[in-house]
Amino acid sequence: MKVLEVKEVSVAYGVIEALKGISFSVEEGEIVALIGANGAGKTTTLRTISGLLRAQKGQITYKGRDITKLPPYKIVELGLTQVPEGRRVFSRMTVLENLEMGAYVVRSRSELKAGLERVFERFPRLAERKNQLAGTLSGGEQQMLAMGRALMSRPELLLLDEPSMGLAPLLVREVFSIIQEINKAGTTILLVEQNAHMALSIAHRAYVLQTGEISLEGPAAELMQKPEVKRAYLGE
Amino acid sequence: MEQWLSSVIDPYYQQVLMLVGIYIIAALGLNLITGLCGQLTFGHAAFLSIGAYTAAILTRDFHLPFILSLVLGGLMAALFGILLGIPVLRLTGDYLGIATLGFGEIVRVAFTNMKITGGAIGLAAIPRASNLINVTFFVILAVAAVVLLENSRFGRALKAIREDEIAAEAMGINAMWYKIQAFGIGCFLAGISGGFYAHLLQYLNPNDFGFLKSFEILNFVVLGGLGSIPGTIVGTTVLTLAPEFLRFVQEYRMMIYGLLLVLMMIFRPHGLLGGVNFRRLLRRRKQKATALSS
Repeated sequence: MKVLEVKEVSVAYGVIEALKGISFSVEEGEIVALIGANGAGKTTTLRTISGLLRAQKGQITYKGRDITKLPPYKIVELGLTQVPEGRRVFSRMTVLENLEMGAYVVRSRSELKAGLERVFERFPRLAERKNQLAGTLSGGEQQMLAMGRALMSRPELLLLDEPSMGLAPLLVREVFSIIQEINKAGTTILLVEQNAHMALSIAHRAYVLQTGEISLEGPAAELMQKPEVKRAYLGE
Repeated sequence: MEQWLSSVIDPYYQQVLMLVGIYIIAALGLNLITGLCGQLTFGHAAFLSIGAYTAAILTRDFHLPFILSLVLGGLMAALFGILLGIPVLRLTGDYLGIATLGFGEIVRVAFTNMKITGGAIGLAAIPRASNLINVTFFVILAVAAVVLLENSRFGRALKAIREDEIAAEAMGINAMWYKIQAFGIGCFLAGISGGFYAHLLQYLNPNDFGFLKSFEILNFVVLGGLGSIPGTIVGTTVLTLAPEFLRFVQEYRMMIYGLLLVLMMIFRPHGLLGGVNFRRLLRRRKQKATALSS
């Protein structure tokens, strides 16, 4: 079943066209990677899906429902949550408060508690630091907090924007293995990455975005073998 | 009760204390908007004046009871706050500041040219209905309300918007709606404060509510520590009392007051109590004590 379908979506910042009618889809249970260079339109795509930006043309459907014109808070309520680029934790709030914010759409106390337990189980470091201000965490811990925060709303589809950004290689590996675990636990994932190698190594399928258009698509393992992908994104 | 009070506290000090209380109510409102929700506004005095004129006209010309007029004045300020907020809260940072500054001036000029407000001559013969008891009562009410708000789901959402509006939206918070609500509540408190002000001084002039007054209230909040309720109370008290206690230096009064502000910003840029978490402070004290004893 298609969880997310993006059809012919165009987005422009003033006169600059960032997305020129892109189409792609995400199936239930998949990890789909969207890779591309700086300025290709990866972040724009994610922000348009989560409602932070408006598409001028095209349609976005989530589980068969048109969400193109919904505001971001309504989209989160439907079970589609974004981990924004650069983590964007609430730095002057504690780790615990950050997680509680993640569960903002969850109204019941018991569900909130269950969510906290789940996140602390997956990220034991966050449990140790739950009363610390989020701004004092290391980059890796902040990324984990951003992911944990997003998981608090029990999303069915998780959008991840550059989870590897600014992290040491060892941490990148850790973050990606956590992404795989989250996926195995039943969350569909759409991942935007500059680190094409890491993204392709965990994704089922991938799309290559080039200056606002999708230039290549296919199973991640196949894309990894393509000479043009190797040359442009894998540095070989 | 009032007679008993004046036998204990000198009327002059009563007046000063009432002013402190009145400004605390207004500053708490501004702290909600700017300190907690992070929305910069330079037009707070305008809402003070809306509340002040509304309440004053209601008691003076329509003979409504004081407390009722006060609340209606607050609601009127909130209404204007919301009407202004809907278009301008889309702006952020300095842009929002300038827009609210402009609104403040519009209100001042409007009151200068309206008949019902007495125009440039001002509105006189307002009954004196503010006293230390009702002011204190409303200060306690306002403090309790903002403390409850800050620690609620609503308050957490405001803080999240202050920290990062985009991330807050990504969490499912309708940022625009929350900002408007915060603005409305903040303006309501300003309006209440204005009502007390009118019924204390018994005379209103539009020029008393220019942008200088807005900055004065912003000063209270920033000096105390943006976002801190105890800070707001301390900041307002210190800055309202300072000019009174500095009267002995006569014409150097405002110079010293200014110097105080400059020194404050150099030595405590986050305000007197800004960034101070009382619970955490206590915990640290205990840790230090145990470390020393062992």
